[in-house]
Amino acid sequence: MIRSVSGLWSRHTSLFLIGCVLMLATGLSLLIGRYPSVQISMPWDIADDQLLSKLVLNLRFPRILIALMLGMSLSAAGLVFQMIFGNPLVEPGFLGVSQGASFGAAFAIIYMGSSALMVQTSAALFAILGLVFSYYLAHRLRYGGWVLRLILSGIAVSALFSSGVGLMKYMADPLSQLPEITFWLLGGLSGSTWNKLLSILPAVSISLIVLLLLRWRLNLLSLSDAAAFSMGASPKLERAVLLGAAVVATASVISVSGMVTWVGLIVPHMARRLFGADSRFTLPATLLIGGFFTLICDDLSRILLPGEIPLGVITSLFGAIGFIVLLSITGVRSQR
Amino acid sequence: MNKPIITLENISFSYNGNHKNALRNLSLNIADGSVTSILGPNGAGKSTLLHILLGWLKPDEGSIYLKGRPLTDYSRREAGQMMALVPQIEHMPFDYSVLEYVLLGRTPYLNPLESPQDIDVSAARKALEISGLIHMETRTVTSLSGGERQLVLLARALTQQPHIILLDEPTSHLDLANKSRLIKILGELHRAGSSIILTTHEPDVAATISTEIVLLRQGQILTSGKRDAVFSTQNLSEAYGVPVRIVEIDGQRVALWT
Repeated sequence: MIRSVSGLWSRHTSLFLIGCVLMLATGLSLLIGRYPSVQISMPWDIADDQLLSKLVLNLRFPRILIALMLGMSLSAAGLVFQMIFGNPLVEPGFLGVSQGASFGAAFAIIYMGSSALMVQTSAALFAILGLVFSYYLAHRLRYGGWVLRLILSGIAVSALFSSGVGLMKYMADPLSQLPEITFWLLGGLSGSTWNKLLSILPAVSISLIVLLLLRWRLNLLSLSDAAAFSMGASPKLERAVLLGAAVVATASVISVSGMVTWVGLIVPHMARRLFGADSRFTLPATLLIGGFFTLICDDLSRILLPGEIPLGVITSLFGAIGFIVLLSITGVRSQR
Repeated sequence: MNKPIITLENISFSYNGNHKNALRNLSLNIADGSVTSILGPNGAGKSTLLHILLGWLKPDEGSIYLKGRPLTDYSRREAGQMMALVPQIEHMPFDYSVLEYVLLGRTPYLNPLESPQDIDVSAARKALEISGLIHMETRTVTSLSGGERQLVLLARALTQQPHIILLDEPTSHLDLANKSRLIKILGELHRAGSSIILTTHEPDVAATISTEIVLLRQGQILTSGKRDAVFSTQNLSEAYGVPVRIVEIDGQRVALWT
């Protein structure tokens, strides 16, 4: 592991190398696709072929960029959640965010005409509503510490939204609406366009920049509130800012991708294995590895079968396998 | 008596109106440069009082002054540079290295967008030296023994370069060797001019290291003052509700229950 050879390569160098690999993978992904069967097109071939160059520029390119943003946001949010809740087994699906988004999407598909923009907006709004509701409920609970109360509220809010999704599915038109809901719940980037990219770019980039700027504070927030307070921090405020940024980024990306699971759980683990716990390094590492992981998964979902495999299926397959491997190598430390 | 570094005036506090661990109408001066033990039985409100001094718990009534200025007037960073806490126990969910962990003590010297620089690393290393942990700065905190963890928490507090060090039951999880190590370090800090405030339910710890003792029972101060005046058969028996005998061994006074 990189960490064990830190005497040879500093963590900065390792980050730089992973960044280079990511750039390379991004370039290659642009060249790979089904046209009409799986092939690698050379840049000059793309330039010669008008249809292909349109396809690459208008479909493949925005899709790749969205895949990168999706992976970066989900994994960074996963790291933020894991550190703030002092628990390596949580992910952005926590606190009702994912289930809220699912409900919002299903609701829009059935009642609001299922236009892409409607589904996207409704998913993002309900994702944030899930967080707000969980937070509110946690304040009202009279049981246990703050973190436990947040976790319990998150479970309750998720269950509520998830039964709502069940109800929506039951009421959906089985020929038109149900497949659309199912497709959304499985997650995928097949409908990616420049417009979709632009619609989420501001929220995602601002959130990720906030997380990057505040990355060292995450270490502080992984301690108890009293400890963080005693060191001159304002844990409640800082936690709200970091959680808010993580949720806004997550809500934005899943509003265009649908449910893509496991990325937020597995990638922070990989980053910690490579770089140790200090979020000064794990946060940038998580961004890079998350982008890489999701990009490769999306490439596979484009090229493995003649039809698309939903991205969520691939990420959960590789995520779960990776998780099992990590568990069997060292065991995941969880004491809370 | 030295000028008070902390003054409490008529402090009352309860957890949501619950009487457990509540404090009632406490007034107290803590002398600058003293080692003050807050001594008392379990549930007397010792930790509550410590967290009130820290500013983490807000009293329902009364005021706290730090160097004559209301504690609430201090910014979070100012307070963090003045006072540091060594918690009784800390959940450590991630594999930080000892140095990374101790570096967190530099928080009050950094604005929220800053990361620690070389100067912060040297401050952390200095604290590790004082705590005798410099040889294990690359170890992960999760691999340390209970005693070593306690010393890491102390080193993190020292990295804040505070004038006042608050310790919550610092010896309760330590074996004899680690206990004496910690007490020795606290003695050195005291001689270097720090004010030290600790909670303990063990009279012997209070007798060994303090210059002053505050005897707490059921959320009220039974008595407080110079160690030798407070550490008496009558006071301890009353505080703990059992007959206590004090014997002197090699000039050191030890409380026994009979």
